Amino acid sequence: MVAPDSPSSTGPVAVRLTAVDKSFGEGESRTHVLKRTDFDARLGELLMLVGPSGCGKTTLLSILAGTLLADAGEISVLGHDLHRMSAGAVTRFRAKSLGFIFQQFNLIPTLTVAENVSVPLLIQGVSPRRAEKQSRELLELVGIAEKAGQRPAKLSGGQQQRVAIARALVHQPPLLVCDEPTSALDSENGHLVMEILRRIARQDNRTVIVVTHDPRIYGFADRMAEMEDGRILRVLGSPAEIAVAHKFN
Amino acid sequence: MYRLALKMLFGDHAKYLMLISGIMFSTLLMAQGASLFCGIMSWTFATIRNARAEIWVADPKVERADDAKPLRDTDVNRVRSVAHVAWAAPLFTSTIQARLPDGSFKLIQLVGIDATTFAGAPHVILEGRLEDLRLPNTVIIDELGVERLSEGRDRPVRIGDMFEINDREARIVGICRAARSFTGGPYVYTTYDRAVQYAPQQRKMLSFILAAPQPGQEAVAVADEITRATGLKAFTERDFIWSTMWWYIKNTGIPINVGTLVLLGFVVGTVISGQTFYAFVHENTRNLGALKAMGTSTARLCTMLVLQSLAVGFIGYGLGLGIVAFLGMNLLRLGKVPFLMVWQVPAIVGVAVLLICVLSALLGITRIARLEAAIVFRG
Repeated sequence: MVAPDSPSSTGPVAVRLTAVDKSFGEGESRTHVLKRTDFDARLGELLMLVGPSGCGKTTLLSILAGTLLADAGEISVLGHDLHRMSAGAVTRFRAKSLGFIFQQFNLIPTLTVAENVSVPLLIQGVSPRRAEKQSRELLELVGIAEKAGQRPAKLSGGQQQRVAIARALVHQPPLLVCDEPTSALDSENGHLVMEILRRIARQDNRTVIVVTHDPRIYGFADRMAEMEDGRILRVLGSPAEIAVAHKFN
Repeated sequence: MYRLALKMLFGDHAKYLMLISGIMFSTLLMAQGASLFCGIMSWTFATIRNARAEIWVADPKVERADDAKPLRDTDVNRVRSVAHVAWAAPLFTSTIQARLPDGSFKLIQLVGIDATTFAGAPHVILEGRLEDLRLPNTVIIDELGVERLSEGRDRPVRIGDMFEINDREARIVGICRAARSFTGGPYVYTTYDRAVQYAPQQRKMLSFILAAPQPGQEAVAVADEITRATGLKAFTERDFIWSTMWWYIKNTGIPINVGTLVLLGFVVGTVISGQTFYAFVHENTRNLGALKAMGTSTARLCTMLVLQSLAVGFIGYGLGLGIVAFLGMNLLRLGKVPFLMVWQVPAIVGVAVLLICVLSALLGITRIARLEAAIVFRG
């Protein structure tokens, strides 16, 4: 059992990628993006995936989220072997077990905040009324319940990202996949968003994987995997190690 | 999800209005064109509709109602003598000029009917009595005739007024309702004997013979029997209508002109809505990618797109058809433009709009099918 507000870097493995290969293009223009990459993430931790642009972070994230097929390797996510599942089964698995937070929020501009949040529930066939009720509860959790009836364009960047977090959590997935969640936010909002994500990982015992370039938020990681040139260079196994390696307190 | 699909569509006001306009305009062009075509075609067989005879007998070379090749008067009796014919009566039809009191001339469609049976007489007499046609020099004119023959007078013509046909007096004893003729001339009814006096003399004057089968006999069978027994050509009313229409379809540019209008409507609708739908999908690529990443299947996304397309099609079709119906009612009130919206017009236009919707949705579907969910993770 993981105690609230404490990191869990020794919990059961939620995501394990073993010797994963991925290339794009054909012939001379073929680019080898992932080279026999190994990676794992555990339940109850906030794991950051960092590295320079083009090192393969986004590709790795796409593969473990089941939105991109690997050329080779083993991909186990929450006990499911994605590599051996049919496309339809992977789609259903994503709908049920994964929450997504995107760099550009990807909120649908013509829907209200509450409707945007209810999308994952509607995908699973939950009735609109029940979905809307659950959406409002989540919006309360992220502190913007009063914005439920507004369109996303009326909200600030930080508020939009909180809507995106509510959307990612509304169907209570055990795994959250976040792509540069703070890159479009100022420092204050970035910290607010990361506080929420860390709380989600620790209190609810979920796995939160964050791809980021943003050193301002490194302090929120329980573990950090550093990537370069298609491989995981090293994994920093605790907040203390991360603080030492990246020189902050 | 389908409710959200509709909200996504309705929320994008510009695209939504563009799509509705495209379908509406397309429906308008197709339904208006088709109704005009039907209207023009209905004018071509107005003489047949007005007469309401079950069997028409004509010269074997006759193909249409307004191209009579005169028969001998004795042919009426030959038709009467055919088995299972209940009655047969002569009919004279000709386009002729009437002279108005101010000296001007107007084209009229003169119809001479049998004075005994009144076979071929107008069915709706608005003023006067049909029997008054038996009085000397009398005619019954239709509503268009009131308008046309009133030109040069200080008031509309009415019962008792006179005009001239071929230097002979014609006194109005009634006003009737009649379907409008293709030539645009008003129908002027008189007796057969008087009509052949009004018209320029020819060796043979009988235009058609109207006939009816005896009770219990099929008109088709009796018409065939008349054809076989007399060597003339006997049509049922329906066959004569189709023969007349086909003549106009084959020998005039009407179908090509109207067909071009209808085709244009279809192309305009397809291009506008197809292009707009593609743009709609293109602009929503990242959002659709996000939906796909969150677990929406490609099939469901495509169904959402089809639903959006059908919703737009349904609304645009309704509006377009409503405008056509409104225009049509007012055109009919004017009485100068051919317009006939038979049930087949909205049905066929509806199928065409459905096709436009499917084609438009297909353009979007091809894009969605190729869309990778991973696109949302790319910068």
